[in-house]
Amino acid sequence: MITLDLILLSILLLFVIWTVMTVRLVHAVVGLALTSAILAVIIYRLNSPLAAVFELSVCSGLISVIFITTVSFTQRISKERFIIRRRERLLRFLYLPFIIIVAGWLLIKYLRIPQFSLPSAASVTDARLVLWHLRHLDLLGQVIILIAGVFGVVVFFKETNK
Amino acid sequence: MSPETMELFRYFIIFIILIFITGVYCILVSFNLVRVLIGLEILIKAVTLLIILAGYISGQVALAQAIVLTLIVIEIVIMVVAGGVVFWAFKYTKTIDPRRLSNLRG
Repeated sequence: MITLDLILLSILLLFVIWTVMTVRLVHAVVGLALTSAILAVIIYRLNSPLAAVFELSVCSGLISVIFITTVSFTQRISKERFIIRRRERLLRFLYLPFIIIVAGWLLIKYLRIPQFSLPSAASVTDARLVLWHLRHLDLLGQVIILIAGVFGVVVFFKETNK
Repeated sequence: MSPETMELFRYFIIFIILIFITGVYCILVSFNLVRVLIGLEILIKAVTLLIILAGYISGQVALAQAIVLTLIVIEIVIMVVAGGVVFWAFKYTKTIDPRRLSNLRG
């Protein structure tokens, strides 16, 4: 079981690194969507199907659409500038794989987690019941944040009359 | 906690730290606002995984899922509004390079 989790986590890390290092913005957005998809599988394996569905549909789908829309508004650069940009990016992101390898090696070698006592398992096992009965203030916060977001978008995309 | 769960926890923590490092590096090194948002998104992914892992280890899976649902809603709103900011910045300055967005510098 741990082996499959390790493989999934390695794929997740590879997608994250590819997302960060790729030159084209569209490729980065696709990498982010794939990262979300793999994360959804890992979350599902950790007994959290509801969160996995939300991660897959919302983060992998909706956020990718938002990013693609934002990228589509920007201008495509010329081939010469693209080559210069690629060289610049390569120089800037050259250190990332080394940092990841060194940090990974140090963590594997030195990270030791001490034994700790765990709380007793929760009596309510349904996330919907927790959200409606125990964390109902979270729902109020979510509604307020959504309204704030809607107002923000309305302000940004408001057409002004000249 | 069983040794196998402990080992699983350790591996997850290592990978979460590595994903977090990648996200921070992306934010620090990028000169493109969309890439900064992508870095922020990667950081949120690491935190999501950490919360779900904590719920799995402690047996509070339902609570962890409820918190992650709230996190996803906040993430969406942040991305939509930040996408609007990027679009607005590009519309008025024709660039999404933060080094050239110097109108507010005081």
